[in-house]
Amino acid sequence: MIKTEHLRYAYQTDTEETIKFVLDDVNLTVNKGEFVAVLGHNGCGKSTLAKHFNGLLLPSGGMVYINGMNTKQEDLYQEIRKNVGMVFQNPDNQIVATVVEEDVAFAPENLGVPSDEIRHRVDEALKTVGMYELRLHAPHLLSGGQKQRVAIAGAIAMEPECIVFDEPTAMLDPKGRSEVIETMLKLKNEKNMTVVLITHYMEEAARADRVVVMDRGKILRDDTPKNIFSEVKFLKGLGLDVPQVTELCYLLAKAGIPVPQDVLTVEECADALMQLL
Amino acid sequence: MLKDITLGQYFPIESPMHRMDPRSKIVLLIFMIVAIFIADNPITYALVTVFTLLIILLSKVPIMMYIKGLKPILFVIIFTAVLNVFLTPGTKIDLWGYTTPMTWEGLILAGKMALRLILLIIASSALTYTTSPIILTDGIEKLLKPLSYLKVPTYELAMMMSIAIRFIPTLIEETEKITKAQQARGADFDSGSIFKRIKALAPMLVPLFVSAFRRADELAVAMESRCYQGGEHRTRLREIHFKGIDLIAVLVFVLFFAAIIVLGILF
Ligand SMILES: Nc1ncnc2c1ncn2[C@@H]1O[C@H](COP(=O)(O)OP(=O)(O)OP(=O)(O)O)[C@@H](O)[C@H]1O
Ligand SMILES: [Mg+2]
Repeated sequence: MIKTEHLRYAYQTDTEETIKFVLDDVNLTVNKGEFVAVLGHNGCGKSTLAKHFNGLLLPSGGMVYINGMNTKQEDLYQEIRKNVGMVFQNPDNQIVATVVEEDVAFAPENLGVPSDEIRHRVDEALKTVGMYELRLHAPHLLSGGQKQRVAIAGAIAMEPECIVFDEPTAMLDPKGRSEVIETMLKLKNEKNMTVVLITHYMEEAARADRVVVMDRGKILRDDTPKNIFSEVKFLKGLGLDVPQVTELCYLLAKAGIPVPQDVLTVEECADALMQLL
Repeated sequence: MLKDITLGQYFPIESPMHRMDPRSKIVLLIFMIVAIFIADNPITYALVTVFTLLIILLSKVPIMMYIKGLKPILFVIIFTAVLNVFLTPGTKIDLWGYTTPMTWEGLILAGKMALRLILLIIASSALTYTTSPIILTDGIEKLLKPLSYLKVPTYELAMMMSIAIRFIPTLIEETEKITKAQQARGADFDSGSIFKRIKALAPMLVPLFVSAFRRADELAVAMESRCYQGGEHRTRLREIHFKGIDLIAVLVFVLFFAAIIVLGILF
């Protein structure tokens, strides 16, 4: 689905003398139907990487392929954007219309889809994210989680194979956060979509199929959540956290209590502790 | 308080007015305004008032909404009425044996002006209540289409307008947040000379502009991600069509307009 080969990228700045590569030799493959989480400290290049996935940015070196299409090929850019939807952090800054359904219709309108087909796509997308009842509402009166679901519907209406989420829950309260995460899992499980999630919340990353850890433009680890989060020391060294239950088990083990190091959910942790008793 | 602004507020329900083509609504509104100003005798006043009531009924928007829409201009109505009553020359009004500076002519003029303003606001609100901003700008764009042959970027202008409308509530909310944040830091917006107050606005406007530019930047990225590429080849969720209901509306309006002119000449 998404493939980067020796991807390097540097922003053009007039002020700095030396070129600083924000992305440095990134090799990453995201398979169809996979849920990949990307972790990394602030400013390590996660958003920059995400913007390469739909051709918003073009590599300074190396290649990015989307379904085999090279993002550098100019005549393909619309086809590539159609295949990879994006959802950003601030829901207010990605909603263009004053009525929910009109906003969701924005992408298919741009693609020149006929009206009745747009109607169909909009209704489908809104039902998928559970916002169909509110289709005639004004977006600015919705809650953060609802706004973000409208933004997701706006991406789904393009009928992409993959959606990239760049910190979609960073500005939401816990309720909005779980709404967005559930919607994301639904897309993966029911619609068989590929999901790339950039996040600072370890509990969210723990639900992915694969976790990629980045630091200063490089990919340091690319493995299952269980393997990644068992390396508590390594993650702490990068300024990252681990899920609370993983941390608990890590501290227990350090204190000499024999508990497994790869627990990710509260249930697993409870089971592990029950075993001890 | 700022959030209560009803500007461009769309009322999403189903009604005959909602189903009309925005182009016919815009053109009819313009002629309606002309009719309101042509009306100059009791019969024609009654006719435009009745017609306005008909519009309210056909829009199915609760009448309270229209009354709420009048609130912001209440001051203007009262102010012009007072000026008219006192400053129009004519027969002075006697009250309890005293001659007041008010005149009968002024009183009548004030009544006429107030009625005109109220009808004007109601008629315009009927348009914005029954037409979502996107469809409204769509209609304006189509009406301005001839200008695009003169290289006027009509599509881009319409897009800018609908985005501006979309961001009004967001920016108002932001202004309130920044104002409170600056007040919490001891900023004082409400006292001192006019210059002092203008100067006090700077710490509010600077963050507001910075954030507006950041928003514009993010919005552009989000729009591009959703395949935005300008107006060409773009289709619409609701294509606008001149339908049977528009034809009926236009015919009824033509009769009404003719009646206003004829009655205006006869009486
Ligand atoms: N438009 C730009 N021009 C120049 N430099 C930029 C630009 N955008 C980002 N950078 C720089 O590139 C680096 C990586 O930024 P990026 O936004 O990709 O980080 P990130 O991992 O998404 O961070 P965060 O977790 O804060 O979102 C940062 O050092 C940042 O300063
Ligand atoms: Mg980022």
